[in-house]
Amino acid sequence: MECFSIQTGADGIAEVLLDVPGRTMNTITPEVMAELGPLVERIAGDDAIKGVVLASGKANGFCAGADLGHQAQNAGQSKGEAEQREALERAYRLNALLRRLETCGKPVAVALEGLALGGGLEIALACHYRVAARSPRLQLGLPEANVGLLPGGGGTQRLPRLIGIAKALPLLLEGKPLRAEEAHRLGLVHALAEPGETIAAARAWLATTPEPLQPWDRKGYQLPGGGPYGAGGPAIIAGSATVKKRSFGNYPAQENILRCVYEGVQVPIEAGLRIESRYFLKTRQTPQAKAMIRTQFQSIQALRKGALRPAGFPKWETKKAAVLGAGMMGAGIAFVQAAAGIETVLLDVSEDAATKGKAHSEKVVEKAVARGQMTREAGDALLARITASADYSLIEGADLVVEAVFENRELKAEVTKKAEALLKPGAVLASNTSTLPITGLAEASVRPDSFIGLHFFSPVDRMDLVEVICGQKTSPETLAKGLDYIDRIRKTPIVVNDARGFYTSRCFGTYSAEGMEMFAEGIAPAIIDNVGRMTGMPRGPLELVDDVAIDLVYKVRKQTREDLGDAYKPEARDAIVTRMVEDFGRFGRKNGKGFYDYPEGGPKTLWTGLSDIAPVRIARPSPELIEEIRTRLLYRQALEAARCMEEGVVSDPRSVDVGAVLGWGFARWTGGPASLIDMVGVAEFVARCDALAQKYGARFAPPAFLREIAARGGSLYEAEATTVAEAA
Amino acid sequence: MTDAYIYDAVRTPRGRGKKDGALHEITSVSLATQVLQALRDRNGIDTANVEDVVLGCVTPSGEQGSDIARTAVMMAGYAETTGGIQVHRFCASGLDACNIAASKIISGEAEMTVGGGVEAMSRIPMGTDRGAWPTDPSVALDTCFVPQGIGADIIATLEGFSREDVDAYAMESQIRAARAWSEGRFARSVVPVKDQLGLTILDHDEHMRPGTTMQSLASLKPAFQEQGDTFYDGIAVQRYPQIDRISHVHHAGNSSGIVDGAAGVLFGSKEAGDRLGLKPRARVKAMAAIGSEPTIMLTGPTYVTRKALGKVGMTPEDIDLYELNEAFASVVLKMMKELAIPHDKMNVNGGAIAMGHPLGATGAMILGTAVDELERSDKETALITLCVGAGMGVATIIERV
Repeated sequence: MECFSIQTGADGIAEVLLDVPGRTMNTITPEVMAELGPLVERIAGDDAIKGVVLASGKANGFCAGADLGHQAQNAGQSKGEAEQREALERAYRLNALLRRLETCGKPVAVALEGLALGGGLEIALACHYRVAARSPRLQLGLPEANVGLLPGGGGTQRLPRLIGIAKALPLLLEGKPLRAEEAHRLGLVHALAEPGETIAAARAWLATTPEPLQPWDRKGYQLPGGGPYGAGGPAIIAGSATVKKRSFGNYPAQENILRCVYEGVQVPIEAGLRIESRYFLKTRQTPQAKAMIRTQFQSIQALRKGALRPAGFPKWETKKAAVLGAGMMGAGIAFVQAAAGIETVLLDVSEDAATKGKAHSEKVVEKAVARGQMTREAGDALLARITASADYSLIEGADLVVEAVFENRELKAEVTKKAEALLKPGAVLASNTSTLPITGLAEASVRPDSFIGLHFFSPVDRMDLVEVICGQKTSPETLAKGLDYIDRIRKTPIVVNDARGFYTSRCFGTYSAEGMEMFAEGIAPAIIDNVGRMTGMPRGPLELVDDVAIDLVYKVRKQTREDLGDAYKPEARDAIVTRMVEDFGRFGRKNGKGFYDYPEGGPKTLWTGLSDIAPVRIARPSPELIEEIRTRLLYRQALEAARCMEEGVVSDPRSVDVGAVLGWGFARWTGGPASLIDMVGVAEFVARCDALAQKYGARFAPPAFLREIAARGGSLYEAEATTVAEAA
Repeated sequence: MTDAYIYDAVRTPRGRGKKDGALHEITSVSLATQVLQALRDRNGIDTANVEDVVLGCVTPSGEQGSDIARTAVMMAGYAETTGGIQVHRFCASGLDACNIAASKIISGEAEMTVGGGVEAMSRIPMGTDRGAWPTDPSVALDTCFVPQGIGADIIATLEGFSREDVDAYAMESQIRAARAWSEGRFARSVVPVKDQLGLTILDHDEHMRPGTTMQSLASLKPAFQEQGDTFYDGIAVQRYPQIDRISHVHHAGNSSGIVDGAAGVLFGSKEAGDRLGLKPRARVKAMAAIGSEPTIMLTGPTYVTRKALGKVGMTPEDIDLYELNEAFASVVLKMMKELAIPHDKMNVNGGAIAMGHPLGATGAMILGTAVDELERSDKETALITLCVGAGMGVATIIERV
């Protein structure tokens, strides 16, 4: 065996270590699966073995779960009957093996340090005793739903049987990992031990000659908290209601998890495991699973690991970095830098303003310490790394400067000049801007090759994405350095080229723009926002305008009109935001008056005056109309992303998808705009867009390059594969 | 086909459906048994002539389980040859039981039957038998399940019925029920419930609140606000995206009351009645059942009414009296609005908001109320209908003979 080692001591305790060769982290690879059967049979059949301690041979944790790369290959396709039976048999193998392990007649204890996620935790749940390290690195969870899958190694069956439906459902549906204490309190683990002492604790349990039976195999076992038709009814009903309310039918994984739990706990566990395997397969075969595994896991990982980093430049380390401007963005950037161990100088026009910016970090640290997520010492050390000041000379020695002042060309040019006078050679000059073209901003610099755009998202400490913008003169070396910096602060980069609005800001606006087109057409505002949320977007298009601020949209449109001159294309939203701002003083949520009214202490309600701006013509939607609104809202964004691809603003479909999902909350179930187009089928997408263009105008006209891909029956991701292959 | 005639209709008074309700200490079987005995004794019939007893019951669990109809038939001392079947179509069960009992006459399957229903809600609480509809995620998710109170609030929101509108309707129900009782309009149908010693334990509807005022109604808290906020409003708008916010206007005072009770209606052919010397009181003219959108759930009455009327070439104006179960005020307001039914034709003696809604029995009770009222007010035709869980409607049209 390559992945498992087994050593049996004189006391009859076999210590089994999982250590997958060639991997930094244990995952359930095909090799692990192949070895698991013989391992279980050996445990069951070897008379010298009286009990088993299962643990990891790696320091970072027990096991991070299924090999998602492998799952991805099989995702998104359904099959004929014979193939389906075969696939089911394969999907059921882990369940069969783990069931054999827990009924083999020998006590098995698992010692958990670091991660046990997904299939890793499911293996642990099939053990008779679980002891976890009392360590901040410990994480136990079943995150499958987040990539459109469900726990297929018995998780949907053993977890509710262990802790009851009510406690199990949130863990299964939301996939949030638990820390040691929480896991112990919920009953996921039997005991906690100090880090490094879990194996000893497991041995101590085995020394008590425990009965090798799971609770659900004991006589008189009853489901904790009751079954669906007993006291557990409200929990399952609330589970369905929560999933329906939040997921709008877009996430089959969550729905199938509910089905597994409901159907599975009413029958013996063997039948429950079979039910789970069927739903696992059914879920993996949805287009959502394919798209979500790719975007949420594979693409994010690839981008974080430097998939877009130019080769040939040594790894570059940011030891010291300065942030110019201590507003909301600057303060957030300073925090993530300091949290990553970077010596940070936070500068603003006055010491007072800079100190206010640092106060943000103090607040975040305070919260983390209060919640036990950070020690006081670590918090103090983090804060000590931030120097808040008005003194630009502190920039000296910095490896990188991020300018995060207001979106104003003159101001940005001024601080750029001031900063680069003090910068050492080879240092990177970065501008955090969401709209201003980088090439233009770089003109203020004497070394535009070292100038790069790093578009952070707000709130910086919670938003994982950084949109990296290469100006015309940005050198590959600067890009490599910028990506190394992003890696250091543990964010996910996408790389785009310079253009008005770059990629994310440009596409983001189309969603609410289309919503306002609908409003102008006379579709009732409630329909627009409700259907907007039903597409899987986090907010409706109109309420989003309120949140962004109507007067901001008004100003941006005005600026665009001035900038573009004859090339400017008028849109329905222009007249709407103009009337809202000029005639009614409705600026959005910030002044409590937008598309909605925001009564104090009460929920927001649609402003009754909206019908004066656009009389309602469609008050009751047909199912067909709802479908069309859905399509318009999603396709409009996807089309803009496709145009960005055609124009070379962004070429990598992974950046397209990850940028959309992490940047502006594009419907996660689709995997992102590129995945959505592939999911629909490029030819079908083009045909539907042509039909929409006929009805609603040129904004739905598909770009020529999509037609080309459609003509040769290709897809966006496949086109990418070809390009990469050619380049190689 | 044979005509089905109604020969008699009886009901128990409705006891408050709580532990302190007068009927809480009387079993469901006893309630149903007393109704069957009253039908037999009042009409002096040899029960060997009654071929089948169909009883509605919405929570056939515990003592209401295992075919309570046959159980009651046996306990009532009916002939051994009399069958018994329990039926369930949520709130319309009692009317469906009557429609099935009538259908047996019409089809020639039987010459004399009883339709009716029983529900001791204080003893077997609503929902005791659960069911897959809300509980099985496959069903709940696919059907966009929301509790029916939310459906009633959706109706109010879509139709623009304000809290004042629904409260005013509830107020009128109380006034009409009180008047009907004081004028003895229910005297013919109501048979007092006897205790274990044979002493009367309840002889009037216990749920009524004669002191109700608009102010007292206004002080009641919306019953479905919290459920709506937590889960179900967010689900309802997925079916009705034209709704910005659902206005939760229903509460304990403008929704049907939870009560205990039973009812029975004696059906037969003309020939069977003649043979037994019974005088028919009404004829079943038409019956219908439909399914409707399940999330809003309670819009069935309008559709089923149109369907039943259509079967006999009638229009809404042709009906002299309507009995529409007052499940929630908005249900009645919607039907009156859509079919242009004047309020003085609708639920003229009050309804379930004032007197309560013993789920499985109500349909049979309001059918009996309609028969009595046709006679009292010298009218010709009545239409009886109820909204139904999971989006259905049932209706019966009768005419006086």
